Amino acid sequence: MKTIQNYKTALLWTVLILSFGLVPLLMTSSYQLNVASYILIWSLFAISFNMLWGVTGMLSFGQALYFGIGGYAVGLTIHYLGSNWYFPALAMGIVIAVVVSFLLGLLVIRVGGVYFTMLTLAFGQLAWQLMFKLYEFTGGDDGIQGFILPGILSNKTTYYYFVLILVLLSIWFLKRVAYSPFGMMLRCVRQNPDRVRFLGRRVRRNQLRVYIISSVFATLAGALMVGVDNSAHTDMFFWTTSGEVILMSVLGGISQFFGPLIGAICIILIEDIVGAYTEYWSLIIGTIILLMVIVFPKGIVGEVMEKMPKFRSSEKENI
Amino acid sequence: MDFAFIVTQIISGLTMATLLFLVASGLTLIFGVGNVFNFAHGSFYMIGAYLGYQVVGVWELNFWLALVVAAVGAGLFGMLIEFLLLRRIYGRANEGGFQILLTYCLILIIDDGVKLLWGAEYKSIPRPDGFSGAVVMGDIFIPAYNLLIIGIGFVVVIASWWILNRTRPGKIARATAVDREMLGALGVNVPLTMTVVFGVATALGGMTGALAAPLRTITPGAGIEVIIDSLIVVVMGGMGNFWGAWLASMLLGEVNAFAVAFVPKWASLFSFLVMVVVLIFKPEGLFAPRKVRKV
Repeated sequence: MKTIQNYKTALLWTVLILSFGLVPLLMTSSYQLNVASYILIWSLFAISFNMLWGVTGMLSFGQALYFGIGGYAVGLTIHYLGSNWYFPALAMGIVIAVVVSFLLGLLVIRVGGVYFTMLTLAFGQLAWQLMFKLYEFTGGDDGIQGFILPGILSNKTTYYYFVLILVLLSIWFLKRVAYSPFGMMLRCVRQNPDRVRFLGRRVRRNQLRVYIISSVFATLAGALMVGVDNSAHTDMFFWTTSGEVILMSVLGGISQFFGPLIGAICIILIEDIVGAYTEYWSLIIGTIILLMVIVFPKGIVGEVMEKMPKFRSSEKENI
Repeated sequence: MDFAFIVTQIISGLTMATLLFLVASGLTLIFGVGNVFNFAHGSFYMIGAYLGYQVVGVWELNFWLALVVAAVGAGLFGMLIEFLLLRRIYGRANEGGFQILLTYCLILIIDDGVKLLWGAEYKSIPRPDGFSGAVVMGDIFIPAYNLLIIGIGFVVVIASWWILNRTRPGKIARATAVDREMLGALGVNVPLTMTVVFGVATALGGMTGALAAPLRTITPGAGIEVIIDSLIVVVMGGMGNFWGAWLASMLLGEVNAFAVAFVPKWASLFSFLVMVVVLIFKPEGLFAPRKVRKV
């Protein structure tokens, strides 16, 4: 059994690396390369978000806060100090995210359930408003436009591979976390917090840890995103960004580790295709997800796994 | 900093507090009775505002009729949503998350639907006849329409208290909050109660939308602004707590009115500040009973 499982996992990673690695060779227009970068970055964002909701059962509606922190850390540093500060800016964004998520986490984890969701939403919106109020520093509604990444990263194809490597490493790391003893503890926190306390473990401390981990990778996703667009915008902080990542996770399936990845691919392609015909794509996505929630709550990956057991590599794959 | 200035600010704060409370009370009612978190509650407010615009701005009819149309329209739509959609996910594992998600989808759909029907540009409606002027007392200058809002809010608070505490439907609603199964066993139609409560709460939201329309602009994004303010109120007051929501709205309305007067640039951040202070000292809400520690 062990070998079969290893074989399937290896196959999955090979398919992932090959399909995304070959994109620049197969596609000619830079627009298509951008779409592929979006898919990668949103996948990382969605998977990091799902560590909170799917694994630990904490539905955050404020992960856009960290996405924006990452974006603005890189954007503002390059804008004020020059593009040589790109890597320090990445590191700085992550340090800020750790500090903010630690302090905010102490506050929002005290209240559970729906309160947690709503408070994270409120703080996300607070940050969004701050970006407008501090317009002398952040550029307000205009955002930060047209900065250039340093050296070889300014080449779109090189940057794509840079993103690909960082995203795959992060996903690999998050998967290791999800199936580590710590990940098991997080699942216990979701399923039965009282029993976690019986076992002498701390519910809130584990929740805080996963909140920080998830936020750090959301920050990384945001930092990578501004490199694709060469601009940072207040929309990164807006609540719809948090909402989108939730929709991706649900569409793919929150009970599967790779569900959010499939969801991200689907939603970005839907936006891309539907957006070409009509501006009302959120009406269409809203309707699709509404039906998913009512009829197929397990998501695409979850339902496929259930219908076709041979795709299931092992019981362990279920979060 | 004289007396007239203070009175004017208090009245303006009270107006805002009343509007806030009218929306938040519906949210807290649905949560208290049905244990449903209606994230789309602000969208019913927005529907009300647009229905008000339809009646006053397009059909050029009476403002009072607009209030009725907004309340009835939003209420019926709310009942339909509860009956067709929300009812299907009651009792599911991880229900809270799916409720938020389902109602979030409704926000997306309603926002775009409103854009399709009325267009994306800003709309506004005039104040009703007889309330467009101001009441002047010495050097105190109070818009008459603000007094109307405060008056309507007062009536709604008293009426809600009376219905919830002194009538049979109110008792059934409160009993639903306590023990749904027992109530069903006693022969009460619990699903119908839930639908009606949802309808009443969304009707309240819709009416508030039309009531606030002459003061604020009507935009497709209005729903989310309102829902964030009202959820701050509901979290502060303790979820499902009627009087907690009332106290929190008053507090937020007044803090905001004075913040706008003294530090206009940072005014919108003050609601968050108040919420953070409340959460640090009393995370379960201002009026919530002391929580029994789970063993």
